[in-house]
Order: sequence, then C-alpha cells, then structure tokens
Amino acid sequence: MSSNSALSQIHTQIMWNRLIAVVEEQAQTLIRTAFSTSAREAGDLSAGVFDPQGRMLAQAVTGTPGHINAMAASVGFFLDRFPAATMKPGDVYITNDPWMGTGHLHDFTVVTPTFHKDRLVALFASTTHVVDVGGIGFGADGRQVYDEGIYLPIIPLARDGKMNEIVLEIVRANVREPIQVEGDLYSLTACNEIGCRRLVEMMIEFDLDDVEALGRHIVENSNKAMLEEIGKLPRGTWRNSMRIDGYDKEVDLVATLTIAEDGIFVDFDGTSPVSNFGINVPLTYTQAYASFGVRCIVGPTVPNNAGSLAAVQVMATPGSILNAPHPCAVAARHVIGQMLPDVVMGCLYQALGDKVPAEGTSCLWNPIVMGGHGLVPDADFGDATPFAVNLFHTGGAGARPGKDGLSATAFPSGVRNTPVEINESIAPIVVWEKEYRTDSGGAGKYRGGTGQVMRISSAENAPFAISAMFDRVHNPPRGRSGGGNGQTGTVGLESGKVMRAKGTQPIPAGERLLLRMPGGGGFGNPLERDPGQVALDVRDGLVSTEAARADYGVALTADGSVDEAETARLRTA
Amino acid sequence: MSSQRIRLAVDIGGTFTDVALDTGEGLYTRKVLTTTAAPQDGVMQGIEAVLPEAGVEPAAVDLIVHGTTLATNTIIERKGARTAMLVTEGFRDSVEMGYEHRFEQYDINIDKPKPLVPRYLRLPVRERVSAKGEVLIPLDEAGVAALVPKLQAQKIESVAVAFIHAYANPAHEQRVAELLRQALPDLWITTSSDVCPEIREYERMSTAAANAYVQPQMAGYLNRLNADLKTRGFGCPLYLMTSGGGLTTIETAVRHPVRLVESGPAGGAILACHIAAECGLDEVLSYDMGGTTAKICLIDHGKPQSSRTFEVDRQYRFIKGSGLPVRIPVIEMVEIGAGGGSIATVDAMQRIQVGPQSAGSEPGPACYGRGGEAATVTDADVVLGRIAPDGFAGGTVTLEPERAEAALQAAVGTALNLSRPLAAFAVSEVVDENMSNAARVHAVEQGKDVGRRALIAFGGAAPLHACRMAEKLGLDRIVVPTGAGVGSAIGFLRAPVSYEVVRSRYLRLSGFDAAAVNDLLAEMQDEASAIVGAGAPGAALTESRLAYMRYVGQGHEITVELPVRPIADDDAAWFKQAFDAAYEATFGRIIPGMEVEILTWSVTVGSAVAPPATASQPKAGATADASGRRALFDADSTDYDDVPVYQRQTLVPGAAISGPALIVEDQTTTVVSRRFDARLNSLGYIDMHRKPAAPQESSR
Repeated sequence: MSSNSALSQIHTQIMWNRLIAVVEEQAQTLIRTAFSTSAREAGDLSAGVFDPQGRMLAQAVTGTPGHINAMAASVGFFLDRFPAATMKPGDVYITNDPWMGTGHLHDFTVVTPTFHKDRLVALFASTTHVVDVGGIGFGADGRQVYDEGIYLPIIPLARDGKMNEIVLEIVRANVREPIQVEGDLYSLTACNEIGCRRLVEMMIEFDLDDVEALGRHIVENSNKAMLEEIGKLPRGTWRNSMRIDGYDKEVDLVATLTIAEDGIFVDFDGTSPVSNFGINVPLTYTQAYASFGVRCIVGPTVPNNAGSLAAVQVMATPGSILNAPHPCAVAARHVIGQMLPDVVMGCLYQALGDKVPAEGTSCLWNPIVMGGHGLVPDADFGDATPFAVNLFHTGGAGARPGKDGLSATAFPSGVRNTPVEINESIAPIVVWEKEYRTDSGGAGKYRGGTGQVMRISSAENAPFAISAMFDRVHNPPRGRSGGGNGQTGTVGLESGKVMRAKGTQPIPAGERLLLRMPGGGGFGNPLERDPGQVALDVRDGLVSTEAARADYGVALTADGSVDEAETARLRTA
Repeated sequence: MSSQRIRLAVDIGGTFTDVALDTGEGLYTRKVLTTTAAPQDGVMQGIEAVLPEAGVEPAAVDLIVHGTTLATNTIIERKGARTAMLVTEGFRDSVEMGYEHRFEQYDINIDKPKPLVPRYLRLPVRERVSAKGEVLIPLDEAGVAALVPKLQAQKIESVAVAFIHAYANPAHEQRVAELLRQALPDLWITTSSDVCPEIREYERMSTAAANAYVQPQMAGYLNRLNADLKTRGFGCPLYLMTSGGGLTTIETAVRHPVRLVESGPAGGAILACHIAAECGLDEVLSYDMGGTTAKICLIDHGKPQSSRTFEVDRQYRFIKGSGLPVRIPVIEMVEIGAGGGSIATVDAMQRIQVGPQSAGSEPGPACYGRGGEAATVTDADVVLGRIAPDGFAGGTVTLEPERAEAALQAAVGTALNLSRPLAAFAVSEVVDENMSNAARVHAVEQGKDVGRRALIAFGGAAPLHACRMAEKLGLDRIVVPTGAGVGSAIGFLRAPVSYEVVRSRYLRLSGFDAAAVNDLLAEMQDEASAIVGAGAPGAALTESRLAYMRYVGQGHEITVELPVRPIADDDAAWFKQAFDAAYEATFGRIIPGMEVEILTWSVTVGSAVAPPATASQPKAGATADASGRRALFDADSTDYDDVPVYQRQTLVPGAAISGPALIVEDQTTTVVSRRFDARLNSLGYIDMHRKPAAPQESSR
C-alpha cells in the first residue's frame, strides 16, 4: 500500500470517529436543553447525520432503540417531500407523522440541511418525545390517529434562519403544555445547528468538499462487518411465536427469521391483525425494535448507519398490528413494539442456543397519572391541582445465559427512570412503596430479573386517573432452556379492585393505585442453581423460603444457610 | 496562605506516593511506592527522603497537605466497614435500582454497580415526609429502637440514615441519629441530609451509603497518620485535599470522608488554575495524561468548572452509569481510558481501537521488555521517535524499540497492511483523536467551547501528545510546567482552605423572595465560614455564590454566578438577565417568554490565596544548545524529520526553540511539532505558540 493511501485510510477512520462524536454532541445538546421529562430525565430521543441521498452515516447511542431504523428511514421521506435541490441555508423541517417518523404523534422529528461552500453536503436529524400533543392525551384509548392529537405533515419549521411563527402558534394552541412543547421544538432546532457547525469545521479541517467518499467507506465497511458476523452463524430459517395481552383481545406476534449469506431477514407474517385501539405499530417502528433485537446478539459493536442496518431486513404484512396503516390509532405502539426483541430472540435461540436471554417484562411500565377537569372518568375532580406526569419505571429483565436477569431494569428500551422525589415535586402524588417484588423473577439456574411493586396515591386526597399501557398481565415472560416463567404483572387498587392493564381509569379519592410489575423469565434448570446463591436470594428477600424449596429444591436451616442433606434429597426426588 | 512558609504535600495514588516540598526558595519532589497495607508508612518514607535533601527539620514545616485515593480504593475494592442503611419504609431498593436502565444499550451481559450495602442490611423505618417537608407519617421511634439489637447482632460498624425528602426536612433523620447515638455510642452514623441535602433519592442515598462505608477506615487512617506525624516532630496542621479542589481540616474530613474521593486529579486541576493565573491565560484546557487515563478539565478565568456529581468505580469502559454516584462538590473533568499504557487493537470494521484496557506497569508496554506483548501508546511513541530508548523515567527503564515495532506490527500493521511507522502513527492518531473528541463532547456538556483555549499539559504522557491535541482542537498555545510528573502534589500546595455548602431550595423568578434567599445564603455562609475559620484562623476569606437555574420545565440547570451582597426584591430582573446571558452563551439562543426557576444554591468560602507572580516572557535570544539529534515522525509530511534534542535542565528563561524539536527531562519529553515554536518563560515553563499561518493551514 502506498504511503498516501495508507494515510488517507487513517484520516478516514479519524473522520468516522469524529462524525460519531459530532452526533453524540448533538444528542447531548438536546438533553441539556430539552423540556419534556422523557427526553431530559429518561433520554427518549435520537440524533443522527445523513448524506444528501438520505443515507444515515452515524447515529448517537441514546435511550431509544425504537428510533434506530425509524429515524434512518424518516430523512428519506423529508427528501421526497422537499428535494435536496430545493433546500436552502437556514431551512429547518419538521414532522410528527407516525408513519414517516418514529411511530406516534408524540415524537417530533426535525431535519436541518448542512451547507458548505454553497452546497448541501449533509442533513442532521433529531427526534424527541414531547410531553403532550393534545387529542385524548397519551394513552391506548384512541380509535383513530385523529383522536390522538395534532398532526404536522412534513413542513418547514424555519426559513432563512427564522422560526415559522404560524406553525409554532398552531402547535401552542393545540397542546396542553404549550410552553414545554415549543421549548422542545427550539431544542431540536438548536441541537441540529450544533451538528451542522461541527461537521463544517471537520470538512474545513480535512479539506473536504463533500462527504461522499467518507460516507461510502462507512456504509461499505459497516455492511461488510455485519455480513462477516452473519457469516459465522448457521444458515437456516426459524420460526417463533409469542402471545401477549393486547388491549381487548390477545395478540400473537409471529416471526420467521432467516439467516442467509447476504443478511438476516425477519418476516412477521402470521401476526395478529390491527387493533381497534391505540396499540398499533407503524412499520418503521416494527423494523426498529426487531432489528435491535437481532443486533443485541449479532454485531452489537458495529455502529448504526445505513450499511449496518441494511444487513438486517424486517417485513410485516400490511394490515397486521406490526404494519398498521393510516388512520389506525398508534399512540401506545411501544407496548407492542418493545416485545419484538423477545420474539426475534426466540428465533435466534433456536439457531444459536445459549447466547440468547430469556423473555423479560420488555414493555415499560410507565404509569401516566393525571388529574384535572374531565380527565378522571366517573369522578368530580373538584378544585384539586390539575396535573399530568409520566413516571418511567420497569419490571424485571430476562435471565442471561450465565447471569441472572437485571432487576427493575428496562430492556429493550434504554431509558432511565424518573426519581420519586422529582415526581412528587412536580405532581400532587405520593409514592408509598417502590421495592422489589419477591418471587417475581422466573426460577432458573440463572434467575429472571425481579420486578417491582409501586403504590401511588393523590397527595390531596383527590381522585386521579391512570392511563395504563402495560402488558404481561395475562401472558408471562417465558423462561428458556428449562428456566421458569417470570410472574405476570397486576394493576389494581390497594383495596383489592382489579383494573385493566390498558386504558384510562379512575382511582377514587382516598384509594391507592397498586402496580406489581412482572419479573423476567429464568434461564436453565432451577435445580442446577448454586444453592448458596438461592440462600443469598432468600436472605435478601428476593426469593421466599417456600419458593426456594418448591422451585429450586433448596432447603434452608433456621439461620438461613443451606441445609445440604435436605437439599440433596429435594433435588434428587 | 503566604507562599514564604515551608509546606509539604503528599499525594497517595494507586501505585505511587508523590511528595512535594516547597521551602519558599525551592521545590523538592520524590516518588515512592504506595504501601497499601499501612499507607502512612509510604508517606513517612517519602517525607524522610525529601526533608534532608532540602535541609528542613520536621518542626520547621508550617503545613502539610494530603490527598489520597484511599477512599476511592476502599469503594472499588469493597473493603469498607460493615455498613447498614436505615431507609423510609417502602424504599429499601432505591439505592440499588438506580436509574433502572442499562448504561450500554447493545451489551446484554452488563452488570449493574453492586450496592455497598446488601438488601438484608437495608432496614425499613416507618416515617414519611412530603416533597414540601411536611410530615405525612410521624417517625416510629419504637421501631428504631427495635433495630438496635439487629445492628448489634450483625456487628454493624457504620450506618447511613437516608429518608425520602430528607433534604426538605431533616428532622426524622436527625432524630434517628440521636436515638442510635444514645443506644450505640461507638457506631458511626451518616445522615443523608447532612452529607448531601439535595433532591433525587438515588444519588443522595448512594452518597450517604458511600460516606458511611468509608468512614471508619478513613477516620482510623487519618488519625494514625496525624499521630505518626506528631511523634516524628511535626507540629503543624494537617489538611486534606477534597475533590472540590479546596483544603479542609481532619475533623471535617472525618465527618465527610466521601468528599476525599478523586482528590489527586483535583490537585492537578488546581495546578492548572495556578499556571493559568501565572501565565495570564483566561480560557484553558487542562490536560493530564498518565499511564492509564487522561483527565481533561476546562478552566475559565482561573477557575475550574465545578460539578455536584461524580461516579466512583465506573466498571465499564468509563461509561456513565456504570459506577456509583456520589453527589459532592467536585471539580468537573472527564476521564477517559487513554494513557501511555492503553492497548491498541483492530476491530471487525478494520478500525483501530485504543484503550481503555491498559498494560499498566506490570507487564507494561511491549517496549519495557518485561514480557508485555500488547501494543500500547507508549510503544507508538517510541517508534515515532518521541521517547528516547535510554533515560526513560529518569533512566530506570531502558526501552526496546524492536519490541515496540514488533508488537505494533502484530496488533495493527498486519491487519491494516500498514508499514512501520504508519502503524505507530495510526495508533497515536486514534488516541489523540479520542482525547480530542472527549474534550469536545465534555465542553458541550458544560456548555463551553473548546476553541481559543490554551492547553496546559502535565502528567508523564501529556507533553508527548500536547501539540497534536492542540492541532486537532485548533488551539494555538500550549504550556508545559516544571515538575509535571508530580503535578497533583504540587497542585495541593496551591489550594486554598475552602468549603462548599450546597442546598436545594426551589424558587421561581415570578415568585422571587429576596428575604428567603438572603436567609438561606447567610445560613450557608455561616456553615462554610465556621469550617474554613477552623482551618485557617484569622485568614482573609473569600466567598463565591452560585445559583443553578433553568427554564421552568427543563431538567438540567446551568450555573449563574451571584454577587456577594444582600439580594434586593427587585433583583429578580438581575437574575433573569444573568440567566439569559449564560444560556445564550451556552446554547446559542434563548427561548423568548419562558419562565425561569432556581433549584440549587452553592456558597463556597475560602481563605484568600495571594495571586501568583505573573510569568514574564523574557526576550528571546538566550541560547539553546541541542544535546543531540533524533529522528521524529511528523504528522504533516508523514515522514521522519531529523530534529534537535534539548535537555530541559540546561535551558534558561528566554531560550527559544523552533519546532520540530524535542525537549527532554527526567520524567517526560515535550514534543514541539513542526507547527509550533517554544520558548522558556521566566518560571521555566515551556510556552509554545503556533507558528504564523503557513500556506498549508489544514491541521491534518
């Protein structure tokens, strides 16, 4: 290799690293300036850079796998509507179209073209979940997307560097929290500007007129790396099906996964049809979570870009709940979408065996609690303080081959929780309990992650409402390789009333909401679990004495240590 | 404190204990091995070596300043006290659940940080306070009494009491502490409202747990050290360096030992502040690169950025969230796995990866010839001609360039078809790029810009890479101080006695309450002044005040410096204006019409430090004689240049050297690249300026 080409090879790598740092900086700017708790506390956002053809070159690693392919595809839609040749410096474009963005109206995507030497050289895109979009509020009760709030097609948000006041005014007039939503639109605009500025600095530094060669290198190398990873896997086709609760009827998620020379192909043919409620999933979101599930197992260290994403292709039948057409209601699409990694991992388990974790809670257990005139069904809210707050919490994750599952930890979503003290400061609620849920993790050689229990009341003794978007209440997370199922979740009042896992429902004055979140499935035969580890789980109250005996075949003495003789007897019985 | 007094600084690190003695007339330094089992022994060795060299008797020393990683190591190695936590009933698991997230998205096998107190020793107490500080459930005192036998049976040495919303009303925590003290006089007790009176339960509880966990050992060690010093004839006070960059007394250190974590790097940042003042540099990037990590810190107008969170024991590639948070005043810096020992590999995409794994000192880089086979940054530096094989680390190690070359060829060259020296250059470029990117992202996290800053480089590896970092970041000036190898210890000698008090108190500008603000600030000032007054009796005190502000609805605050004067009712407008100015400087544009709130207040009181002598720039022209020549790889031509080598100790102020050149000293070598000129200033610091724009200005 000549010295020159060797050198340009080094430069190319340096610029690739730089591009990844630029989108990380873009994402950080968004977090630092965001208003909605989902972005600023939980990290529900994404940021990326694209070439003028709309191919994604780099994406920040943020809290939301659901944005991965979804955002990658969305820039193409922007370019269809506003071809690159028509874009000018100072332009900023926006949409919250669920089918052209990230799956529901709450996610706004903003795209900003970057100009260098009077040419459009790249586009920066960012997405964030805003606190409110009007309509019936954030929940699963919508019948059509029209119920779910304001809907902006792809339109200019700024021209010539000036924000479009008319768009902002329409948005402000249609949402319950106009200040926060407008603030987030500003913050999306600002983070793209930072990205543009840094890219131009890099192009000057490396004396580039365009990013074509760099983009080609990134895409080709990433694709090649993925195909090499895939080449190490057995070829074949595997099928897996998983039943979940759905809204009013159960939903079957069915995947056929093929590992071939030229990629991994997932087809969700056989999956249940669309729902009459707001749990339908637009295709881009299905592709995002299905492909994330594959990538956790295959090529996890390859950065996300058009090349690596192309190696995993995901299809779903139009009209199925995983490829829901307009105008299906889609606000709670994450409840179904977040189940998809478990479905594809079920296929991969058959192909690869012990490299794949057990099923987990998978969908977030985020109680949206609220109070205010007309928001609490069948109750007079009176003059209590109106509020709406999205609490981010989660059940247990599936056990891993060789390790217990993570307790009360989000998977596949990567968002963070919102602290109890923050929640109680911004909303008139009191959380009375937030602790691990004994025996919820599925038994196994490696135990499923433990779920948690939460009890919540009004701080003003007023009625309030929950918009529930939970699953795994009737169908538990399943164990693998002989591991037991995790416990199902429950939704209800402390006084005993059972509530639905989806939909807006009241908590009467003086009552407490009681959520018991699912635990993850176990991995491997529980009778092979180290008895000493079982004794520690009992000591810590994660497993009861009874379950230790019944599920693990471990008997304990009065001081909590393992009763070796009795354990041996139980385990051989 | 006056710089004429005789002062001694001791920095205990994981491998070395550094001692620096400043007699007012000269600086004497020494490195000895850390004696982990009884760290005070290493301290004594170092002190006993350096005092005779300076001809100073123990009794003549006026002040000893001490920093140590012992608190950090106690946590990392989980060797702390047998600790229990008393928590609000219903919240036993907050300290373990943490953020309920995975800090690395794509790795299904991550482990979350292991809590310092296991679940069965986290004991519930019936009580509850609201967000507003109102008592919802009175404290169950009988229940607390019932826990006493349990604490005894479990042989608990230290207890953290951490209740929900205790920052808003500490009464229950204080009462529990009182009850426990009566029942168990030997028990160490930490309350979360004392150690960290701030909102967010995970961070506060984690801080209280960490404090309780390290307290018995740290107290024991500090008291032993103090006693040993006394028996050896030292009559002077012993001060501790805190993570916030100030000095504090033994008594305060024993009460809040968690504030001692990360004191070494804090010393480095203080050193950089001091140099910035000496050289009249307003905006500085402090760059400290050692064997395992690089630490980068921004310094504006002579002050580092401060922060209120630090993570101890980040176990996963230094990633945020993989460690235990402690919420204490710290000097804000970013630490990444980029040091001389960082190992280079090639990944599936044919990309070179450098670090965070390090070859350490045993077996060390391949070129040490001690059996290490991994290719490291130091190996690359040897091949590129930056380090001479002989005379490394003061002549203690003779490097073997052939081994460096072979290791680089095996790890990088073969896979990428790169010939010597390009394999080495590629490794060096990647680590320099990693550090530059970390600096850029860190700057935006702080709402700052990297450009226009001067780089201050210290630590054994930094002067080798400083020019390249500056080129990548577009910086025009670099300063390499004297004594760079023991920079942190020297920094200790420059620190004021100071203490920071932080309190959460929510205030919207629309409901501005000047009287409440004045009361709060006065209370905080009293607390801080009392602590500083005890450590620096009679000293003139300085005070600074900060407010952490944001738009209503945002989740992250920016800091606004407040005037030290009574706040008036019409000062709401002043706050708004100051916030807008800070916000615009940080994020480019303000959001019109948006309400502003204040969450947290900070008051720092410190003993006044005399401004350092200003370095002057002696006229160029002093002769600089090269001691030899060496082949040094150049990034622009991607070939070796034949460059002069200078011995730093022979250079005098005013000596001017035009790059490319090498300036060699015992513990490091400064690389002056083709694009820089160097000159020694009046203090002997190497001061480098970028040469006037050449035709080829791109900084590749």
